Amino acid sequence: MSSKSLQRKMDRLLTLENQGKLRTSTMNRSVRKLSANVLALVGLALFLLILMSSLAAPLISSYEPNAIDLKHRLSPPGEGHLLGTDQIGRDIFTRILYGGRISMFVGLGSAIGAALIGVSLGTYAGYTRGVLDSAVMKLSEIMMSFPQIILVSILVTIAGQSLWNLILIFILTGWPSMYRMTRSQMLSIREQEYIQALQAFGIGSVTISFKHMLPNAIGPIFVNITLSTAMFILQEAALSFLGLGVPLEQATWGNILNVAQDLNILRNAWWVWLPVGVVITLFVMSVNFIGDGLRDAADPTQVG
Amino acid sequence: MSDTREVLMKVEDLKTYFPVRKGVFKRTVGHVKALDGVDLEIYRGETLGIVGESGCGKTTLGKSVLRLHNPNGGKVFYAFPDGMRNILELKGGELDEARKRLQIVFQDPYSSLNPSFTIFGSFDDPLRKFGVKSKKERQRIVEKLLSDVNLPGDYMMRYPNEFSGGQRQRIGIARALSVNPELIVCDEAVSALDVSIQAQVLKLLRQLQSERNLTYLFITHDLSVVEYVADRIAVMYLGKVVELADTEELFMRTLHPYTQALLSAIPIADISKKRKRIPLQGDVPSPVNPPSGCTFHPRCAFATEKCRELSPQLETFTFEGREHHVRCHYAMDFASRPQGSHQSIQ
Repeated sequence: MSSKSLQRKMDRLLTLENQGKLRTSTMNRSVRKLSANVLALVGLALFLLILMSSLAAPLISSYEPNAIDLKHRLSPPGEGHLLGTDQIGRDIFTRILYGGRISMFVGLGSAIGAALIGVSLGTYAGYTRGVLDSAVMKLSEIMMSFPQIILVSILVTIAGQSLWNLILIFILTGWPSMYRMTRSQMLSIREQEYIQALQAFGIGSVTISFKHMLPNAIGPIFVNITLSTAMFILQEAALSFLGLGVPLEQATWGNILNVAQDLNILRNAWWVWLPVGVVITLFVMSVNFIGDGLRDAADPTQVG
Repeated sequence: MSDTREVLMKVEDLKTYFPVRKGVFKRTVGHVKALDGVDLEIYRGETLGIVGESGCGKTTLGKSVLRLHNPNGGKVFYAFPDGMRNILELKGGELDEARKRLQIVFQDPYSSLNPSFTIFGSFDDPLRKFGVKSKKERQRIVEKLLSDVNLPGDYMMRYPNEFSGGQRQRIGIARALSVNPELIVCDEAVSALDVSIQAQVLKLLRQLQSERNLTYLFITHDLSVVEYVADRIAVMYLGKVVELADTEELFMRTLHPYTQALLSAIPIADISKKRKRIPLQGDVPSPVNPPSGCTFHPRCAFATEKCRELSPQLETFTFEGREHHVRCHYAMDFASRPQGSHQSIQ
């Protein structure tokens, strides 16, 4: 905006204010800031688009995700199959739609689950310190020193291979990093004088830590949640490949990608792996945009 | 001063140690003796200045009497309506009673308000806790408090980053006033402000004191500020009070060599006056392992064998009807000598 037009805008605001007509928005300040952030809105739109089309998969595609059509193996895009078929004739477009359901569920569900545990423990223990903090800290160190693959193998051996076990594993291995990050935020915030002011009023630990401290740490937490969503989606793909993740017959983005291990498919059938790769990238990117927007909205020193 | 002064708070032998932990198992290998036996009395309606260099335990004292730190020993008696009770032994509802009477204004205006909350949000929980149920009523109270510190009431819907340092400090004062306290600990309350704003805030504090009959425990390292605001001054060194007297008395008849050195460092805006500066040798010794005897002896120009071995007690002298407490073996020698750091030499 040029300085002249900016000045005109300010003049207009000033006259409005002098007339007492300038009303303050009743919308929440963070929501207002988020809705002014174009990149975050683009991310949100993209996220909703992918989410909605996955949820509405039966309305969009007339194929079944696991319907095998041996007459049309590895057929290129077109001919009734929008994105072609894989090596046993399943419609790729349909599988991407249905696979999104599982992948997004695993990614978001694990990230949110891990955040719920890690952030709430970190918030409280980081503020109160003491025995709870050192106990949880040691526990998180133990959890983080286990190779994930071994944990998964153990659980799969005990409980069998399933979607829920995978999410459980992701939550179990994911919360320690959330805990440590939240805790470190809390450790710096608790030294602020406004916390001591609340203590001087005798406000309880739960109110101080969750109501007064957590909002100041929420930016990095959001970013961490979005990044782990992306990370869990990729991990799901990796574990599925080893046969330890979501059972192979269930369509997920990872499972679709992993049938494209064959060099022949990689060279000659781009439609098997490229679209799903693009979808994963777009989805991860949109989640990251939203995360950035949320962080900016939660930052009180940025005016909006 | 008359003898009708009412003791509001009596601190006896207050000790606050911070453990020093080392090694894998966090074994306690020693203690930082931040407060090592502090005795003092605060009278209702007065301003007691606490001065001393960094690390002498001024702030720890302020936070210990508020129970923001947990002292390891000693007693802090406070005059509740039903008599003197030890604050350090209070629990639950009784402690809340004390918290209502004792408040604090902090040093750093930039960290004393929660950036995520509006001004009203910062006042909300304390007011609710102390029994103001309706939101309308709480808003009315905050508006009144802000106008008491000369800020428009509608500022309460703004965020802290919209205010200047002086404004924030006044909001911090308003927050302390929100529960109608009797005693306010001003922990370096004006040190972070520039001089013109300092004067403004000091004036406000003084005005509030006369309006509400407040008592201040005024912690500062700035001697010219403390001379302006304090009725009495306590000088601290390494977790102990070394000298305590009326402001005028202290400046006129400085008995402790440490106080003399401190006072000689006050800048005077008059180049024709020459003063004898008394520079101190070395740094403050470690409070983990304080020197034997008088803790000031390694830096004291007058130290003798006695000072190295025997720890002096806080003794009380009376000059012209005014009490003067000092912790020095040779206080009387200083008293008989003509001196006074504000007096010009030559």
